[in-house]
Amino acid sequence: MSKKQHYKITVNGKEEEFLAEPRELLIYTLRERLNITGPHIGCETSHCGACTVTIDGKSVKACTMFVAQADGKDITTIEGIGGPDDLHPLQKAFKEHHGLQCGYCTPGMITRATKLLEENPKPTEEEIRFGMAGNLCRCTGYQNIVKSIMAAAAEMNAAKEATE
Amino acid sequence: MKDEVTSRDDRIANLKGMGCSRKRVEDARFTQGKGNYVDDIKLDGMIFGDFVRSPYAHARIKSIDTAAALEVPGVLAVLTAKDLEPLGLHWMPTLAGDKQMVLADGKVLFQGQEVAFVVAEDRFAAADGIEAVEVEYEELEVLVDPFKSMESDVVLREDTVDEAGKLVDGAHGPRKHHNHIFTWEAGDKDPTFEVIEAAEVVAEETMYYHRTHPCPLETCGCVALMDKVNGKLTLWGTFQAPHAIRTVVSLISGIEEHNIRVISPDIGGGFGNKVGAYPGYVCSVVASIVTGKPVKWIEDRMDNLMTTAFARDYWMKGRISATKDGKITGLHCHVTADHGGFDACADPTKFPAGFMNICTGSYDIPTAFLEVNGVYTNKAPGGVSYRCSFRVTEAVYFIERMIEVLAIELHMDAAELRRINFIKKEQFPYTAALGWEYDSGDYHTAWDKALKTVDYDALRAEQAQRVEDFKAGKTRSLMGIGLSFFTEIVGAGPVKNCDILGLGMFDSCEIRIHPTGSAIARLGTISQGQGHATTFAQILASEIGLPADSITIEEGDTDTAPYGLGTYGSRSTPVAGAATAMAGRKIRAKAQMIAAYLLEVHDDDVEFDVDRFVVKGVPERFKTMKEIAFAAYNQAIPGIEPGLEAVSYYDPPNMTYPFGAYVCVMDIDVDTGVPDIRRFYALDDCGTRINPMVIEGQIHGGLTEALAVALGQEIAYDDMGNVQTGTLMDFFLPTAWEVPNYETDYTVTPSPHHPIGAKGVGESPHVGGVPCFSNAVQDAFRAFGLRHTNMPHDHWRIWKTANELGLHG
Ligand code: FES
Ligand code: FES
Repeated sequence: MSKKQHYKITVNGKEEEFLAEPRELLIYTLRERLNITGPHIGCETSHCGACTVTIDGKSVKACTMFVAQADGKDITTIEGIGGPDDLHPLQKAFKEHHGLQCGYCTPGMITRATKLLEENPKPTEEEIRFGMAGNLCRCTGYQNIVKSIMAAAAEMNAAKEATE
Repeated sequence: MKDEVTSRDDRIANLKGMGCSRKRVEDARFTQGKGNYVDDIKLDGMIFGDFVRSPYAHARIKSIDTAAALEVPGVLAVLTAKDLEPLGLHWMPTLAGDKQMVLADGKVLFQGQEVAFVVAEDRFAAADGIEAVEVEYEELEVLVDPFKSMESDVVLREDTVDEAGKLVDGAHGPRKHHNHIFTWEAGDKDPTFEVIEAAEVVAEETMYYHRTHPCPLETCGCVALMDKVNGKLTLWGTFQAPHAIRTVVSLISGIEEHNIRVISPDIGGGFGNKVGAYPGYVCSVVASIVTGKPVKWIEDRMDNLMTTAFARDYWMKGRISATKDGKITGLHCHVTADHGGFDACADPTKFPAGFMNICTGSYDIPTAFLEVNGVYTNKAPGGVSYRCSFRVTEAVYFIERMIEVLAIELHMDAAELRRINFIKKEQFPYTAALGWEYDSGDYHTAWDKALKTVDYDALRAEQAQRVEDFKAGKTRSLMGIGLSFFTEIVGAGPVKNCDILGLGMFDSCEIRIHPTGSAIARLGTISQGQGHATTFAQILASEIGLPADSITIEEGDTDTAPYGLGTYGSRSTPVAGAATAMAGRKIRAKAQMIAAYLLEVHDDDVEFDVDRFVVKGVPERFKTMKEIAFAAYNQAIPGIEPGLEAVSYYDPPNMTYPFGAYVCVMDIDVDTGVPDIRRFYALDDCGTRINPMVIEGQIHGGLTEALAVALGQEIAYDDMGNVQTGTLMDFFLPTAWEVPNYETDYTVTPSPHHPIGAKGVGESPHVGGVPCFSNAVQDAFRAFGLRHTNMPHDHWRIWKTANELGLHG
């Protein structure tokens, strides 16, 4: 056990300040300290992606980052991506195309997919499969996840074209 | 009235009943990060427990010193077997009739075994406490090979031998050796051997179906809360069978069952991993009783892979006999089953090897004999049905490999060999040589459709050309065509032969219709991703004529749900789905009387039509189910009780027998051993289809788990009993990158005994998929003399196969 330190992070637009041991893993800061339970834990070794969040514009696995490393950073979790009144196209598409079953991987999947589509708004199926390979799903076999992401991309691109 | 202008088709569509691809009601919360899994539960004053685990696979425990651990800041208590012994909880019964140590009682039998339970204010303090517990071990000889175990002088389980040195009977009969658990036989030994010995052609093969693990993305865990004021224990956890857990907890703790409430919240995948009762549950309950606080225990991934619920680990020796032209005459299967240190298989009690006796498969085999021997070794306990009905994956893999080997022996095409041996449509109901009565099937139609869709003959021609090209040095890639035709046996099961620890394997549904025409139904099962809240509402919508969107489905809370045996072995639709339909029919029967009263006609003069009762021959005179529901609550109807509720406990008359035909086409790079799955076609017949979208999703998922098992996923041990695949680095879970797109197809052969004709589907793709992927790999090398090679076919093993066949020049 080491001494507690003072940290300040922004999560889903809200500033949070607290004292924590530097060794606390970010996923526990989010889930247990801040009650943000959308990101899940599947391995704690960076393999499964259930804990995926966005930190300063990049997809990060929150299980392998200490809270000390997240100090001062801007974090987005599934809770910040869309809610009942403002669903993200990916959230709608995952339901529409049956891109989830038990739902355990889903927050990480969708969070990762938001970044993928920012990095590459018109991905091919192959690019999606490659870009999502850091997120494991045990239930769906991925086929409908790929389909969901394709559909969301198409919807987002159509919406963008309409406003341009 | 609006109803009058609505067409019948619109009324049907409005129900979103059976047969439609209704979108899932679960998805809103899951896509918004609002699922409620066990690790999301947070209670006032909650503390954490975690295990000190054995680094050794076999050792005597000389001492445990907890003093230093208790000094660690935040550590509240450390439990050992000595603390549990006065409560009689240092051992617990397993589902297989054996018993298992909750905490190491004098010795450990596998690496990772639970030795002490550290309770602390948070998980980090618990981890620090674990480091500080000092355990002195004396290493013992390790047995990881079941064949050696059966010959060894080393006694793994001291309770197998009495004080006089005599073997003590096991739960399933006498032991042959102190490390032997049971022998289970089915069929006729002597007649089978006679047939095989006299046969024109006999093919023999030995195959190892390796040890693996269901590995759902969420590990196992629980939160226990003993409320000492009211004497009530609440246990939340990842339970695939919450009611069975309640009964087991009551039996072993002595707490009366009405004072125990077990809740399965959202579950992040189960696949068999979450059927059993684990030491973590018992220790959490005890820790909550000791501390008076809620106690959470959550496995990490390594704990999960190393200790809870392995699957498979069957050594299978087969002999299959046939006439010269390929008609199968007999089958013999001998299994040595590695059960680890405790027999904790999750099978119906009378079936210590599950339904392995479905191993005659989809074929009309007149004579057969099966013998399974369960053996103790220094490996983790388990033996669960990983995305299958009890041991059915093993059975189907066995027969589908034996067919391929026989085809080689006969110089025959394996598709044709299957066709000439299928049980014929007119033979159903068909009693197999090993005892099961297959309820229905139409295998030839399914097989022909599959082969035609993939253009089987063209594939074989292409493959032959590829072999020529390879021999001519024009390519370094070979092509494999994997076939499998499987028959599952699911929906356990009839109470007359299926029980778990004496609990009959029926299931249940209870329905309450609300006055305004919506409803809640509760079931004894529990979804772990299968989408019960969506699909069971569809069954009900079609049965009772209220829209699925107006029906809430609730499962998993033993205080409110009727008793049922839970969800595994594809039993939810066959058993609880049937209970749902039957309860719906009881609602309908009462609704009919109410409708007749309201319409002022005799009960027999009204009939059900989609969402209403109409006066026969006068379709404009009707009462909708919504109107009937209201009347049930606001009218005094002579001779009829108020309200509209029903409950059904369904004891299935038979199992259901889903089947399917799969074809996999694979290119294999001979120099790297990397397979490229270029096509996978899956035809499934699960009887009546409730939600095609959900069925397809189940098939994609099951096939992907099959791909994993066939192509690389394994729990491997070294000679010292060290687990070599304890993280997701070493334990193969396919990513989106490795997984192909699947083509799905279907035929529909309804189950004749199921109220809606449904058979269950969640596990078929796994059961049929594993042999299909494996056969594809093996088929690629058939032209070069390969007969059989064991799974998992990872790149290195495929490369090795090519190398041993001399394909690397
Ligand atoms: S929990 Fe972070 S990658 Fe698995
Ligand atoms: S939906 Fe269950 S792990 Fe992806």
